[in-house]
Amino acid sequence: MRTFLLLAIIVLSGTGGDIAVTHAMKRIGEVKNFAPRALLGVLRRFVQSGWAWLGIGLMALAFFSLLAVLSWADVSFVVPATAANYIVGGLGAKFLLKERLSGARWAGMLLVAAGVALVCAAR
Amino acid sequence: MTSPRRLLAKTIPFLILVPVFGSLGNVLLGKGMRGMGGIQQWSLSTLAVYSLRVAANLWVWLGLGSLLAFFVSYLLILSWADYSYVLPVTATGYVLAPVLAHLLLGEIVPGSRWVGAAFIFLGVAVVGRTPPTTTGRD
Repeated sequence: MRTFLLLAIIVLSGTGGDIAVTHAMKRIGEVKNFAPRALLGVLRRFVQSGWAWLGIGLMALAFFSLLAVLSWADVSFVVPATAANYIVGGLGAKFLLKERLSGARWAGMLLVAAGVALVCAAR
Repeated sequence: MTSPRRLLAKTIPFLILVPVFGSLGNVLLGKGMRGMGGIQQWSLSTLAVYSLRVAANLWVWLGLGSLLAFFVSYLLILSWADYSYVLPVTATGYVLAPVLAHLLLGEIVPGSRWVGAAFIFLGVAVVGRTPPTTTGRD
């Protein structure tokens, strides 16, 4: 039971963190220059963003939950099971980030979800 | 805005780096945490001692380094590609994780997990055929 509770926390906070961080990076804009100085500039703008810190906080929650669950459960079960974030992430991308998700993207996400169901059934 | 061909050319290396660093980081962390044993008590003093033991573990640090490289690569690709594109296409990490867990940690991976991994891989292939960005922002 505690394994599935922590998996839920990992998925929800991890996806929320991803969406907040994506929003922060979209506000910074497309990175075109990969020189170290330019990348440091991107990093500086990133750490000045409130969305970035919200995302990092949520990701940290997901990370420590992952760390805890890895101390008693198999990596080959835990890591694939957290792939449930594909469905949550797809919904977040559509409704929060306003991305246009085509039928192919949804089909791909459903295939991933089927994969997750199979992986979890092996528990 | 970058042309579609150039966008794809700079996207592909990151689609490799993100899952490789992510999977490697998870497996290294798993190796480190497995050596720690399970958390038996959740009192503050027990957690403090446990945290110090985790901080002294080389495998945990190697895992954290790999996850840091994963995070930077992930941030960079999200600056131009859709989250709904990056998320599924980097799912090859979920296929890599059981392979690495089997090879490096000696875990026995049931056949149905391999079938699940194959579904995930197929999903990645389908999403990978869509354009990396749909929002038109740069």
